Amino acid sequence: MVSKQDIHMRHVISLLIENESGALSRVSGLFSARGYNIESLTVAPTEDASLSRMTIVTSGSDDIVEQITKQLNKLVEVVKVVDLSESAHIERELMLVKVRATGKDREEMKRMADIFRGRIIDVTDTSYVIELTGTQAKLDSFVGAIDADLILETVRSGICGVGRGDRVLKV
Amino acid sequence: MVITGAEIVIRSLQEEKVDYLFGYPGGAVLYIYDELFKQDKVRHVLVRHEQAAIHAADGYARSTEKVGVALVTSGPGATNAVTGIATAYCDSIPMVIISGQVPSSAIGQDAFQEVDTVGITRPCVKHNFLVRDVRDIAPTIKKAFYLAKSGRPGPVLVDIPKDITAQKCEFEYPQTVAMRSYSPVVKGHHGQIKKALQLLLEAKRPMVYAGGGVVLGDAADKLTALVRKLGFPCTNTLMGLGGYPATDRQFVGMLGMHGNYEANMGMHYCDVLLAVGARFDDRVIGSPAHFASEPRKIIHIDIDPSSISKRVKVDVPIVGDVGEILGELLALLDGTTERPDQEGLGDWWKQIEEWRRRDCLKFNQGTDVIKPQFVVQKLWEVTGGDAFVTSDVGQHQMWAAQYYKFDKPRRWVNSGGLGTMGFGLPAAMGVQLAHPGSSVACITGEGSVQMNIQELSTCKQFRLPIKVILLNNGYLGMVRQWQELFHGNRYSESYMDALPDFAKLAEAYGHVALRVQKPGDVEDALREAFKRKNDLVFLDFQVDPTENVYPMVQGGKGLTDMILSAEDL
Repeated sequence: MVSKQDIHMRHVISLLIENESGALSRVSGLFSARGYNIESLTVAPTEDASLSRMTIVTSGSDDIVEQITKQLNKLVEVVKVVDLSESAHIERELMLVKVRATGKDREEMKRMADIFRGRIIDVTDTSYVIELTGTQAKLDSFVGAIDADLILETVRSGICGVGRGDRVLKV
Repeated sequence: MVITGAEIVIRSLQEEKVDYLFGYPGGAVLYIYDELFKQDKVRHVLVRHEQAAIHAADGYARSTEKVGVALVTSGPGATNAVTGIATAYCDSIPMVIISGQVPSSAIGQDAFQEVDTVGITRPCVKHNFLVRDVRDIAPTIKKAFYLAKSGRPGPVLVDIPKDITAQKCEFEYPQTVAMRSYSPVVKGHHGQIKKALQLLLEAKRPMVYAGGGVVLGDAADKLTALVRKLGFPCTNTLMGLGGYPATDRQFVGMLGMHGNYEANMGMHYCDVLLAVGARFDDRVIGSPAHFASEPRKIIHIDIDPSSISKRVKVDVPIVGDVGEILGELLALLDGTTERPDQEGLGDWWKQIEEWRRRDCLKFNQGTDVIKPQFVVQKLWEVTGGDAFVTSDVGQHQMWAAQYYKFDKPRRWVNSGGLGTMGFGLPAAMGVQLAHPGSSVACITGEGSVQMNIQELSTCKQFRLPIKVILLNNGYLGMVRQWQELFHGNRYSESYMDALPDFAKLAEAYGHVALRVQKPGDVEDALREAFKRKNDLVFLDFQVDPTENVYPMVQGGKGLTDMILSAEDL
């Protein structure tokens, strides 16, 4: 690319794709073959089971992101592509964190979960599983706020995104 | 009528008016071959290696306006086909490849001759399908042909498990295709086309740069009419040769890494560039940064939006079929009395003629050793410039492109994008089958031709009177050239010892062959070869091993940074 090579912005690309086997690998293969970044990728069928909705978080210069959307559109099974980050939109990610919860940490964990509006969805004598949804930044700050030694495992879904208001991605 | 999946495959190919099917049988496609045996509409051409089947189908497609079709078995059949498929993909050639697959129940069991064909070919096809139900065969083949030839063309693969070809269902070939996810743009944006015309009319130093899209889009006539009406200079890419008549005065030759001096200079210093069905690739413009260093307005017509502003920023993008858009440009030009600035254009042509006087393709044919350029030049003369010419990859390919002046589209058949050695001979088979009465020459090298030399056997079986023009310099010439220029004359593994006696080899396959060693014998040998209308003639020209391809732009350098001859070094 000739210009803006150094400015790499985060973009949230959302697309509708025919719900066929192999569709996911066409998309992920495109990203790896052309050297594009994937920060996260989520996919699941929509209310119309013949279509899947995919949300891809990527980063790159304007030129690269333009190429990414063009290349995605070129895939025969892709029905529609939109760059959500071009205008107002909402992002949410789900995280499940299993933490050690014993002694004084047990009460502290409960308090932190409450502060971040998380829910404890599994309880044992020694552990909790906390469910948290929000933007990536919120999940990051929760992970940053609790004692790292107490984290047994974290699972994050990657983000889902949707445009605000009248902006609709539909066939 | 209820018929088997295998019969549906063949009936579908008949519905698509397929006359030649290039292929190689094997376990997974036995039912299909059985059905092939029972009919005579689709003629099967038995190659000697699956790669050649794909190249032959490719050559057939490139030299006609039709889709090339090939059939291979599972496992090694499919993997051997991959190089051919990638070759077609890189040059946007419409093809349908049918591959057998192990039975559905065996998929994923590491069965004999099982590979994930759809997975392996995914990055090098326009699209591919795994058929899971016998009822899907006909609609899938219909879609495959539609996808292959519409929009930006490309190869489409249909993988069919063996059990599906044995199952039965009702056959009805669909008449139409509906795909909500696929609707290529055909007509260009009218406002953009008007803007483009305005730019062209205001240009002082215009240049038309036309690529393979003009050939594939069958738009050569329209391009020629537009360029002539405007009076502009025109250059073609390697893939675009024949898209504008090479013997025309307005043609400034091929551009790019081994392009003409006047073409490269004109491309760099023009003020308005009309790019048609071309993609500014690295072998054409060299360094994008260097290319961008000279200001110019760019109009880019292409059917693939992703080709636009990929390597070079474009001012007026026009997405659509090149023929449609050139037609609209012509109509607009006819409807206005405005004409390009004659004074500016006159000065520009003076400059171009000055560049042209450098005569960058001159060479000295002495009396001792044959110059490879001389052979191509003589071939052009002997065939009246009207042969179909295929080539392999390397120095001979560039000499063919430089010295055979193609006046018509679809006459020049070569692997431009992938650069596949071994392409030329099998591609020539497809071309010859598509044009039985025409002269077909395969310009090749002793390295390339050995990559699919077994096809001499196919040529014998199907009586294909191809003329093989071997420019034998005993070296992998292009590798040797780079080693000479950029690696201190260290000829690492570019010399092939123990070459066969090609004439004897061709004779062993049942063909006519001749070794030519003297410049004085070149023309006679060629005339004699083309007189033999029914024989494949293999001419082994022993050419100067030290000859290099000039002009040359070193990889990554600017287009104006040309080495014009050995004296420039």
